Amino acid sequence: MGRIPRAYLINRLTTLILTILIAATIIWIIPRLSPVDPAEIALGRMAAGAGSVANSEEILAQLRANMGIDEPLIVQYFRYMSGALVFDFGLSTAAFPTPVSTLILNALPWTLGLMILSLIITFVIGNLLGALMVWDRSPKLVRVAIPAAMVFTSIPPILSGLLLMWIFAAKLQWFPLTGAYSIFVEPGWTWEFVQSVLYHGFLPALSIVVVTFGFWALGMRGLMIGVQGEDYVKLAEAKGLRPRYILYRYMIRNAILPQITAFALKIGLLIAGQVLVERIFAYNGMGKLLYDAILNQDFPVIQGVSFVIILITALSVFLVDLVYPFIDPRIRHEVA
Amino acid sequence: MTSQDNMPMTRAEKRQAKRIKRFDNPWMNPKLIWGAALLLGIIAMGVIGRFVWDPDLVFTGSSMLRLPPVGFENLRGQAGTMANPLGTDGGGRDLLALIIIGAPNTLFVGLLASLIGMSIGIFLGFSAGFLGGRTDDVIRVSADVMITIPPLLILVVFQSAFGDVSLTMMALLIAGFVWQSPTRLIRAQVLSMKQSGYVQMAQLSGASTSHIMFREMMPNLVPYLFGSFIASVTTSIVTAVGLEVLGLGPQRIPTLGRTIYEAINAGALIQNLWWWWGIPTLLLAIIFIGLLLINLGLDEVSNPRLRKLS
Repeated sequence: MGRIPRAYLINRLTTLILTILIAATIIWIIPRLSPVDPAEIALGRMAAGAGSVANSEEILAQLRANMGIDEPLIVQYFRYMSGALVFDFGLSTAAFPTPVSTLILNALPWTLGLMILSLIITFVIGNLLGALMVWDRSPKLVRVAIPAAMVFTSIPPILSGLLLMWIFAAKLQWFPLTGAYSIFVEPGWTWEFVQSVLYHGFLPALSIVVVTFGFWALGMRGLMIGVQGEDYVKLAEAKGLRPRYILYRYMIRNAILPQITAFALKIGLLIAGQVLVERIFAYNGMGKLLYDAILNQDFPVIQGVSFVIILITALSVFLVDLVYPFIDPRIRHEVA
Repeated sequence: MTSQDNMPMTRAEKRQAKRIKRFDNPWMNPKLIWGAALLLGIIAMGVIGRFVWDPDLVFTGSSMLRLPPVGFENLRGQAGTMANPLGTDGGGRDLLALIIIGAPNTLFVGLLASLIGMSIGIFLGFSAGFLGGRTDDVIRVSADVMITIPPLLILVVFQSAFGDVSLTMMALLIAGFVWQSPTRLIRAQVLSMKQSGYVQMAQLSGASTSHIMFREMMPNLVPYLFGSFIASVTTSIVTAVGLEVLGLGPQRIPTLGRTIYEAINAGALIQNLWWWWGIPTLLLAIIFIGLLLINLGLDEVSNPRLRKLS
C-alpha cells in the first residue's frame, strides 16, 4: 500500500484544475463568438408574447445590463469564472428569476442516482460475464451466448432506450412512458414515492445497462486471457483448490483492476449517453434540463449544465487515479 | 513429414486446420470482413440508391403523411404501398429516400472527424514520443486535459449558440475532441518502441530518424492505428447522433439522428409509428455493429492470443 508521491499528486491536481479552467473558458468563449445576441432572443420572446414591444432599444439595453453583457469582455470573463467556481451561473432566462444553480441542484440527484445505479449493475454483470467467457469451466451456453449478445453493446443507449420504451412502455404498457416519478405521488421519503421512482427508473437504467455491460465484458475478457497463464493460477490449480475459488479469488481479483482505470476513461461518454437517455424518457435529470434549455435558448442553463457535467467527469477521473494504487499495490505512480 | 501427420485427423481437427490455413493472414479474419461488409453495404446503399430511387422524395410533403411500410397498416387503416416501401414520416418524406441520403451522411461525419482527429493524433503522438522534453509535456498535459471533457457538452454549447451548422462543420468540431486518445496511444507506443531491440538496432546502424519512424515503427503501429481510428469513428458518430437527437445537428440536411429527433417530438412512439424512428435506429445499429466487428477483428490482428479463442 503505497503512499501517493507528492509529484504525482501535483501532476494530477494540475490536470484537474486545468481541465476545469479550460472547459469553463471554452464554454464562456463560444457564445461570445456567436452572432446571436441573447438580449435580442429575450426581446423576441417578449414580442412573441405581447404582440409588439415599444421602446425596443431601451429594453435591449436594459436586458443587456441585466445579463451583464454590456461590460468589457475581460470583466465579464472574470465575473463568470469567479461565479462558476462557486456554482453561480446567474439566472435562467427561460424560467426567469430562478438561479441556474437551483435548477441544477434539483436535477443533479436524479442524474447521479440513475448513473450510480446503472454503473454498479453494469460493472458487476459485465465483469462477471467477461470472466466467464474465458474461464474453461463455464457452460458452453455462456461461451456462445455472450459473444452473440455482445453485438448489441456497440449501440449507444439512446437507441436501446427507444426500443425498450416502445416495447415495454408503449406496446406492453408494463412501465411508464416518461417521467421520473408518478405525478399522483407526493415527493418525499415515503414508500409510495420510492416505489414510483424505482418503477419509473427501471427502463432508463435498463437501456443503459444492456448496451454498456459489453464494454466491461470485452475488457475483462482480454484481461482474463492475460491472467489465465500466470504462475499463481497454475500453482492454485496444482494445490487442488476448487475451480470456482480460483476463478473468484485468483483470476477475477487480479484481472479486474485495470477495469477501474478503463472506467475513468469511459465516464465522459457514459454521462453524455445518459443525458440523451434522460432526454428521450423525459427523466427529471440534467438531460431534460439541458434539452429544455436548448429549446428555449437559455444560455446560462446550457453553460451551467455543461460545466457541472464536465466537472463531475474530471473529478471522477481524478479520484480514480488517486485511489487506484490503494486498490492495486502492484502499481506505483509513475512520475511522468 | 513427422509421424504425427500420418495419424488420421478427426473432423474437428481438419476444420481447425482448414480455418488456420484460410485465416493464416490475420487481416482476413471473419469479424473484420463482416464488419467491413456491413459498412460497405451502407455506403453502397447510399451510392446505388441515388440512382435507383428518387432522391427528391426526401423533401417534406413529397408523399402522403405517415404511411406504413409495405405489408403493414397504420392507425388510419391505410396500407403501405410500393410507392413508399418503407413508409413515410410525419412530414410526408419517404423513409427509403431518407435513409439513402441520411445514412451516408452519418458515416461521412464519423469518417471525416476521425480522419482529421487521427492525423492530429499521429502528428502529436510522434512528436511527443520522439522529441520529449517541453514538447512532450505540453502535448501530454493538453491530451490529458481534453480527454476528460465530454465532446457532446461542449458541442451542445457551440451549436446552440451558432444555430444551424453544416455536416462538414459538425465533423470539424467533433474532430477537435477525437485526437486525444490516438495521441496518448501513439505516444505510449513510441516510447515503448524506442526501448525495443529492433529500434535500438536501427539506431546503432545509423538509420535516419524518419527511417526509424516510418519504416521501423509505423508498420508495428498499423493495427493500433486502425483500432484507434475505428474507435474514434464510433465516438464521432455517437456524438453526432447525440447532437442531432437533441435537435442541434444540421437542420436542412437529412440525417438519421435528426429523423429520430423529429419522430420523438411528434410522439411517434405512442402513435405506434414504429417505422419512423425504428428504421433509422436499425441503420444506426448496423453501423455501430459493423464498427464493433471491425474493432474486434483488429484486436485479433494486434493481439494474437485472442485468435485461438474464437
